[in-house]
Amino acid sequence: MRTSRAAAAVTVVTALAAVTGCGGGTSTDGGGSNESPRTLTYWASNQGPNVEADKKILTPELKKFEKQTGIKVKLEVVPWSDLLNRILAATTSGQGPDVLNIGNTWSASLQATGALLPWDRKNFDAIGGRDRFVGSAVASAGAQGKDPAAVPLYSLAYALYYNKKMFADAGISQPPATWDQLIADGKKLSKNGKWALGTEGGNLANNIHQVFVLGKQHGADFFDSSARPTFTSDGAVAAVKQYVDFMAKDKIIAPGNAEYAQNQSLQDFARGMTAMVLWQAAASTFAAQGMKPADWGVAPVPVPAGAPGTGRNTNSMVAGINMAVFKNTRNIDGAKKFVKFMTSDAEQKLLNKTYGSIPPVKAAQQDPAFSAPDLKILRDTLTASAAPLPQVPTESQFETAVGTAVKELWADAAAGLPVTTESVKAHLAKAQQQMQQ
Amino acid sequence: MTTVAPGRTDRADNGASSGKGDPRGRLPRIPDRIRHGGLPYLLLLPAVALELLVHLIPMVIGIVMSFRRLTQFYIRNWGEAPWAALDNYKVAVDFDAPIGRALLHSFYVTCLFTVFAVGLSWLFGVAAAIMMQENFRGRGFLRAVFLTPYALPVYAAVITWAFMFQRDNGLINHVLHDQLGLTDQPSFWLIGDNSFVALVVVAVWKSWPFAFLIVMAGLQNIPRELYEAAAIDGAGVWQQIRKITLPSLRPVNQVLVLVLFLWTFNDFNTPYVLFGRAAPEAADLISVHIYQSSFVAWNFGSGSAMSVLLLLFLLLVTAAYLLLTSRGRRGADA
Repeated sequence: MRTSRAAAAVTVVTALAAVTGCGGGTSTDGGGSNESPRTLTYWASNQGPNVEADKKILTPELKKFEKQTGIKVKLEVVPWSDLLNRILAATTSGQGPDVLNIGNTWSASLQATGALLPWDRKNFDAIGGRDRFVGSAVASAGAQGKDPAAVPLYSLAYALYYNKKMFADAGISQPPATWDQLIADGKKLSKNGKWALGTEGGNLANNIHQVFVLGKQHGADFFDSSARPTFTSDGAVAAVKQYVDFMAKDKIIAPGNAEYAQNQSLQDFARGMTAMVLWQAAASTFAAQGMKPADWGVAPVPVPAGAPGTGRNTNSMVAGINMAVFKNTRNIDGAKKFVKFMTSDAEQKLLNKTYGSIPPVKAAQQDPAFSAPDLKILRDTLTASAAPLPQVPTESQFETAVGTAVKELWADAAAGLPVTTESVKAHLAKAQQQMQQ
Repeated sequence: MTTVAPGRTDRADNGASSGKGDPRGRLPRIPDRIRHGGLPYLLLLPAVALELLVHLIPMVIGIVMSFRRLTQFYIRNWGEAPWAALDNYKVAVDFDAPIGRALLHSFYVTCLFTVFAVGLSWLFGVAAAIMMQENFRGRGFLRAVFLTPYALPVYAAVITWAFMFQRDNGLINHVLHDQLGLTDQPSFWLIGDNSFVALVVVAVWKSWPFAFLIVMAGLQNIPRELYEAAAIDGAGVWQQIRKITLPSLRPVNQVLVLVLFLWTFNDFNTPYVLFGRAAPEAADLISVHIYQSSFVAWNFGSGSAMSVLLLLFLLLVTAAYLLLTSRGRRGADA
């Protein structure tokens, strides 16, 4: 009896303590030092098919850097699912890497922690100057009016990928340029168990990317100039409704897509079950799924009317990866040298070719390798008609709150429940109230 | 026999009576009762130190955080985060506002989930353990099969369930809809109301082998003679279970149910792997909800306040449970 009671008590204490177990700590302020000039630690985000592939790709480049500068770089490739929490833990404890990759949509949120080195004029000059980079990519590296918190490393944009055979079978000669055309084509394509458009309804980030672009096309930004959320503005509501209506009203997205979050829509595309997807640099994924380059075509993401790149016809968010330096690095000069090396024209060409992304460095973009039809469209989109997601400190919360609202609306649409302006507004109002608490 | 040190001999002589004589004998005596009673505490010391380091100190830090306005702006030096007094708690329990309302909903879902998951896990565990009492061909194999879910890595197992629950390509709909024709159309399990059912199924699948293991161990301590005597007196199988098995298992069940309750109420892996960081409303467990507040919305103060409230609730339930069960036990002993 006594044993079981003691066991119960120990279990209780252990389990309960685990509930509130939150660590904390402090870190030193300042802009780094040169206490340890011969080594650097680098957290690279997982860009390739897996972590091991990234190590194989990056290790020779790091050796090259070591040969040039004598600085040894300790590499750790961090999976995306862990990266943000690892950065937060490093920020809290002050025990982080010297240099790291961040998703560019996190830039303003991470900038607000004060843990990252600001890229002021002097720091940019140390890596060749701010003008070397595409403007939209730099704009996605920190809040407007502040020095960027990071430097663009790999850039991406959205495009419309379509299955040529499915289009031909449906008698469609060219990809849609406007949303009305997409719906009209979509109705021809959605039959016999096949569907026109694929999406990832359970993927909050993807939901945000799509509704942000549609929001721009409706003249909505989701935040006002004071960084206050405006999720229930007419434009934002119309954008979200338009997106979910592709399933709820237009019936050109399979209901099953509402629960997709693991790139299943790309598998459906590769299997010929879905005719179109809106995606970033999907060529390598299609190849891995057994599709030949001749099987698919690529076009700019549709706009309400006219061609992208004119007026307010934003048709992509600026996607990509940035490179940041932890403010309290023990090798500030080495860290800047490393950023300079990774953003040099030569490395930009090499790494972006390998990863299928677009260099945010203007000179490197001119390489013929980035003129393949799909990459050219991504490159042109990035240059002319892409906009960075709202660079506000609460961007991370925005992704969760609005991304979840859209996910819930997908679930309603999939279940056959009505998706109305009122129901969209109610979900967005709930998301906005959560942001304001 | 004659090698005992003189001092020790003196002390032995004096100690029991007066404590005088040898100077060492004048030191306060530690009664054997206390000396021997202290040994277990000494042995517990490393565990207590580790417990302090690993759980209790972080828990205290978590409580301190709950009184601060801790967001990403202060994460580098959370000690400087502005004092929030009870604001974080007020937000958490303001059930007219979205955050409080969502927390209350999440709490309700978690309670319901715990009742189903613990109840079914316990039921299956006890039933299987009782069935496995009889010696039959293949019993060892079946036992091993039953314990397999307990031995599998949680992430791998739950992600497999997530694949099986997919509407269009999952095994569950293939069996229920395509093969058995039990549903008019393939159902959604990972979104909408069915997600609660999916969550309970996976949780029970994961937990019942533990109940089975513990109950099976408890059954080994019940003397066979009791069953034999009951059988001679004409008691049937149900009567034997009701009058012998379940009462004898009571101490084991008390601990088992408590442990299952705590594990289930705090379960994070199952919903997170099954649904990702935004669970459907019907399956919005409190653990993921608090995780979202802290690590997705980056409101660590508010997340800590919610954690503390949860801690208080679990402490209360656990204390009540232990009190009730110990009273029940005393009553039975009397």
